[in-house]
Amino acid sequence: MKLFAERKATVTAGPVLIGMALMAAAAPVLTPYLPDGIDLAGRRAAPSFGHLFGTDELGRDVFTRTLYGARISLVIGLLAAGVTAAIGVTIGAVAGYVGGWIDNILMRLTDTMLSVPRLPLLMIAAAIMEPSVPTLILLIGVVGWMETARVIRAEFLSLKQRTYVEAARATGMLPARIMVRHLLPAAAPAAVVAATLAVGRAILLESAMSFFGVGVQPPQPSLGNMLYQAQTSMATEPWLAFFPGIFIFLTVLTVFMVGSELGAMEV
Amino acid sequence: MLRFIARRSLQAVPLLFLISVLVFALIHAAPGGPLDMYLANPNVRPEDIERLRAALGLDRPLVEQYFSWAKGFLVGEWGYSFTDGRPVLERLMERLPATLELIAGAIVVAAVVALPLGVFGALRRGGWVDHTTTVVAFAGISLPVFWVGLLLQLIFAVGLGWLPSSGRTSFGDGGMLDRLSHIIMPAIVLAALHAAAWSRFLRSSMGNAIRQRFVLAARARGVPERRVVWKHALRNALLPFVTVITMDAAIMVTGAVITESVFAWPGLGSLFTEALARRDYTVLMAFLMMTSGAVVFLNLTADVLYHALDPRVRVR
Repeated sequence: MKLFAERKATVTAGPVLIGMALMAAAAPVLTPYLPDGIDLAGRRAAPSFGHLFGTDELGRDVFTRTLYGARISLVIGLLAAGVTAAIGVTIGAVAGYVGGWIDNILMRLTDTMLSVPRLPLLMIAAAIMEPSVPTLILLIGVVGWMETARVIRAEFLSLKQRTYVEAARATGMLPARIMVRHLLPAAAPAAVVAATLAVGRAILLESAMSFFGVGVQPPQPSLGNMLYQAQTSMATEPWLAFFPGIFIFLTVLTVFMVGSELGAMEV
Repeated sequence: MLRFIARRSLQAVPLLFLISVLVFALIHAAPGGPLDMYLANPNVRPEDIERLRAALGLDRPLVEQYFSWAKGFLVGEWGYSFTDGRPVLERLMERLPATLELIAGAIVVAAVVALPLGVFGALRRGGWVDHTTTVVAFAGISLPVFWVGLLLQLIFAVGLGWLPSSGRTSFGDGGMLDRLSHIIMPAIVLAALHAAAWSRFLRSSMGNAIRQRFVLAARARGVPERRVVWKHALRNALLPFVTVITMDAAIMVTGAVITESVFAWPGLGSLFTEALARRDYTVLMAFLMMTSGAVVFLNLTADVLYHALDPRVRVR
């Protein structure tokens, strides 16, 4: 087996992802403009050296807005995936380890959540709550835990049969302690993979929500709401639609590739 | 077989019940409940709100409200739209055909793409077709659907002018060619997510099929290779493929929300975004119930299909 760092896709996807994250983080240093810096004299300018990605209908620099938008998208993606992992691991661990009717109830709950179309559910919830960024993170995290729960449950089901776990049980260790000390570390790789994939899904969900006006609210730029605004002037200023989209695509693509590489590794 | 279907259908009942509770709870979680929209309106007096609340039965205990709502739902009384007062069921039903048409189109596109890619990928594992589809499969699941829609519009409608940018038919037209030219872009966008995934799936099931002994037997009998692949092996590989298509058809309903809005396709998806913009809760609730119901039903169908088509899977 090859080391994680030696794999071909990681070699390309990893650095691209890290590079984009660094660019987003260093946005204030990388660009002389502000994301909401209006310049009415320089409206709708095509990409040039002064404005790498051009300017929008208010003369705001699209490169700057894309970087700041990517910031929000990455923060939401990472934190929402954190929420997803926390809920998913807890539910999966309890269902897998405790079993019985508790497992039954938790898995029916998982089935239920998987049957309701995710994006419409999120959009309705967001429309009702008119969320801020923290609420958005919570909402996206709360609708995404099902895959993680299933993976962790399966891991725990097989892990709890191991002799070392039986030995721990025989010493009279409390179930909660066994789960945290003995099972969780062994299931961690699966959880990391599930969480990585959740980051990609969360970024896509956030961008779709913002695109429909129920996500990050203007004037704060997000990649999704920039695309929403680009819709009307797309024919004359195509750069407005192109750059934010390619940023979403590359971010999610590299996240998924890194995630699948992690998953393909033997641990 | 009938007992199997009956048992699986019974299992769907608690699932649908839980879904309905979830949907009901979601709408009532709004600060003002379903009347949220009126509360924000300064022209609506508090006493009007109270009157509405009583008239709509919103002053009753929640559990009672739930059961009367759920009962109405079962007998087809889905309430009235807040925006135009028409029955919700009627509004959904008039949009349903367009969505079904779009999903059918997307399934055709995705299957036509996935079939050859999956078969060739399985025959030459590690070949360039195989490698390319792996990359494309990743791209497919990473693309923001609405962005692909915008780009296609930009290229084929605005730039080249080959295809209409939106709608289901041109005004006053409705011929076969006109409809086809309208559906092609939204169908491709909706198919993009699944085409790649399906080809990966077919690749693995085809890979299994081609190593079966009956394939060896067919080759030994001197059946031409082309016939072995496309008839003997593919027929067996298609079985799990069909069940995946059935399950994914349900996911396409969600994809349709985005696709239909981008292309102004007059189906359920664009009805949903219209209702969302106006906070038309009765329509939103009905939409969620209908699509979740479709997911449950199609999963059930896929399960039954799988058992019905494969003689090796014993029905207990």
